[in-house]
Amino acid sequence: MVSTNPESIVLLEEVRKTYLMGGEEVHALAGVSLKVERGVFCAIMGPSGSGKSTMLNLLGCLDRPTSGRYTLAGQDIGTLNDDRLSELRLKYLGFVFQSFNLIPQLTVRENIELPLFYLGYEAAECAKLATELAGRVGLGNRVNHRPTELSGGQQQRVAVARALANDPQLILADEPTGNLDSATGKQVMELLVDLNAHGKTIVMVTHEPDIAAYAQRRIHMLDGVIDRVEENA
Amino acid sequence: MRQLRVMRNVHLGIKNLLLHKLRSLLTMLGMVFGVASVIAMLSIGEGASKDALEQIQKLGSTNIIISAQKPVEDQEISTTRSFMSVYGLLYDDEQRIREVFPAVEKTAPVKLVRKEGRLHERSLELRVVGTTPEWFELVHRRLVGGRPIVARDLDTHAPVVVLTEYGARRLLATEQTIGQLLRIGGDHFEVIGIVQSEEGGGAGIQLPDQEVDAYIPLNVARERYGDVTTRRTTGSQEREKVELHQLIVQVASNDEVESTSFGISAMLQRFHKKADYRVDVPLGLLRQAEATKRTFNIVLGSIAGISLLVGGIGIMNIMLANVTERTREIGVRRAIGAKRKQIVMQFLIETVVLSTVGGLLGIIVGVSIPFAVTLLSDMPTVIAPWSLILSVGISMTVGVLFGLYPAVRAANLDPIEALRHE
Ligand SMILES: Nc1ncnc2c1ncn2[C@@H]1O[C@H](COP(=O)(O)OP(=O)(O)O)[C@@H](O)[C@H]1O
Ligand SMILES: [Mg+2]
Repeated sequence: MVSTNPESIVLLEEVRKTYLMGGEEVHALAGVSLKVERGVFCAIMGPSGSGKSTMLNLLGCLDRPTSGRYTLAGQDIGTLNDDRLSELRLKYLGFVFQSFNLIPQLTVRENIELPLFYLGYEAAECAKLATELAGRVGLGNRVNHRPTELSGGQQQRVAVARALANDPQLILADEPTGNLDSATGKQVMELLVDLNAHGKTIVMVTHEPDIAAYAQRRIHMLDGVIDRVEENA
Repeated sequence: MRQLRVMRNVHLGIKNLLLHKLRSLLTMLGMVFGVASVIAMLSIGEGASKDALEQIQKLGSTNIIISAQKPVEDQEISTTRSFMSVYGLLYDDEQRIREVFPAVEKTAPVKLVRKEGRLHERSLELRVVGTTPEWFELVHRRLVGGRPIVARDLDTHAPVVVLTEYGARRLLATEQTIGQLLRIGGDHFEVIGIVQSEEGGGAGIQLPDQEVDAYIPLNVARERYGDVTTRRTTGSQEREKVELHQLIVQVASNDEVESTSFGISAMLQRFHKKADYRVDVPLGLLRQAEATKRTFNIVLGSIAGISLLVGGIGIMNIMLANVTERTREIGVRRAIGAKRKQIVMQFLIETVVLSTVGGLLGIIVGVSIPFAVTLLSDMPTVIAPWSLILSVGISMTVGVLFGLYPAVRAANLDPIEALRHE
C-alpha cells in the first residue's frame, strides 16, 4: 500500500480542485497524482494560472480537494475537520510566502515565536528557541527589530526561521524569491538548500528556472495537470 | 499554559492599543463616560441612602417630631409695639396625643429658653431645655457621666441640670463636673449628669438636641422662666408666648409612624387656629432619599446605558476595522496552525483589553464626579468598593459582547483569501 509508505510524506491521488466562477466550472487541478518522498527538495513550475498555488494550498492543508485523496504523513486529509487541519499544520508544516507575511507589530523574535506559542511552549523557552533560530538564519543581532526595519532578504530569512520553529516535516514555499532581487534571492535559496541538506523536505513554487534549478526535482504544471517531471541526475 | 496564552494575548492587545493611541482613546470615550456614570450614580445613590439612614438613626425611626413654628402672619406684625405672638404647642397637646393615639408609647415635651450659664468666671450662652425623663429615652445620646433627669426630679421640682459634653467642657473645664452649682439666669442648678453632644443636623430635619443644651425638669423651667419671652430690639420689643417648643412622640413600630403622624396633624389642626407647628417624620426622610436616589438612578442610568451602548458599538466598529486591517495577520496565524477559537480568543481579549482600559479611565473620571458633587452641592456621596468591581465587570462584559462578532468574523476568514488580502 503506497498510502502507508513512511518514506513518502506527500501522496496525491487523482486530486481535483474545481472552482465555480460565474456559473462555470474552473478546474484549477484536474486530476493530479504525486508522491514526494522525505528529504526531497521539489520545485513546482508552470505558467500563471496552471494551478501551482492551488496545489501548494492543498499540500499545506489550507484547503481540501474537491475529489481524490491527499495523504500527508500517513493521514488522509479529506476526513479531518478544521481544528484537526490546524493541528496538522502546526505540527508538520512550515510556510514561506512570497510577501514574507511577518506580523508588523511584533518584533523579529516574537514573529519567530508564533508557532511555539500555539504549540504551548513556556515564554522563556519560546524566547530561547526563537533567538537560536534567528541566529541560524544570520539575524541573531536583530531579534528586537520590527520587520519594517529589515530589508526584504532579512524579512524572508525571518520568515524561514518562523517556518522552522515547529521543526516541521515539510516546508512549503510559494515564490519565496519573488519579491527579492537576485542577490538576496540567492541567499534565501542557499538557506533552503542548507535546510534540505539537513533533512527537511521542501516543496517550492516558482516560475523562475534558475531558482527551480536549486531543487532536485522539478514538476511542470500545465492547465491543472502535471505536464512532466524533471529529476536531477 | 492557558494563563500564559491569555497573558500573551493581553500583551498583544495592549501593544495594538498603543499602536493607535488616539484611535484607541477616542474609541474608549463611550466606555469612559458609561462607567463614570455608573460609578457616579451608585455613589450618589449610596450617599443619599447612607445619609438618610444616619439621620433616621439619630432621630429615631419610630419618632415623630412636632415643632413650634412662628406663624407667618405673626412674623409680619411682630414689629408692632406691645404685640404678643402666642403660638406653638400646648401642654394639653401632649396629653391629648397620649390619650387619643394608642400607638403612641412615649412623648417628650420640650420647652426652650435662651439663658446665660455661668460658673465662676466662665460663661456660655445656653439653650435651656425643660423636659421630662422621656427625653433621654427618645433622643438616644450616650451618658458620659452622672445620671439623667428622673421622675423624682419633677416630683420634687429639683433644680438640677444635665449638660452636654461640649457645655461641660466650656463651663467646667478642669474641675470635677458632677455636683457643681451652675448659675442659669438668676438661679442655681446642680449639675447631675453629662450626655454626649451631637453636632448639627443634616439634610431635612433639625436634630432635637444641640451642643449648647442644658436639660432641666420641665416644671422647673416653667416655674422659673414662664411661657413668655421678651426680646428687646432698638425701638421695639418682641414678645412671644410659647408653652412647648417641641414634642417628640414615639410610636410602637415603623408601620404606625405614618398613620399616627397623619392623625396627629389632623388633631392639631382642630386645636390650633394658626399654622404654628410642623410635623416631621424621620422615616419620611428615607422615602425622600429613596425618591432622590431613584431620580438620580434614572438619569445617570440612562446616560450610563446609552454611553455603554455607544461605547460598545464604537469598540465593535474599531475592532471590525482592525480585523480588516489585520486580515493577513489572521491568514498567517491560521496557516501557522492557530485554530479558529484561538483567533476568536485573541480578538476577544484584545477587545476586552480595550474596553477594560476604557473602564479604568472611566473609574478615574467616575470617582472624581461624586467628589465634585460633594464639593459643590454638599450632597453626600459614598464610593462603595463593590461599585468599582462592578464597573470593571461591566467594561469586560461590554468588551465580550461587542467583541464577539468581530472576533468570530476574524476566525471565519478563509485562510487562503486572508493570505492573498492586500
Ligand atoms: N478561489 C478561487 N476561485 C475561483 N477560481 C480560482 C480560485 N483560485 C484559483 N482559481 C483559478 O484556478 C486556476 C489556477 O490558479 P492558481 O493555482 O492560482 O494558479 P498559479 O498559482 O499557477 O498561477 C486559475 O485559473 C485561477 O483563476
Ligand atoms: Mg500563484
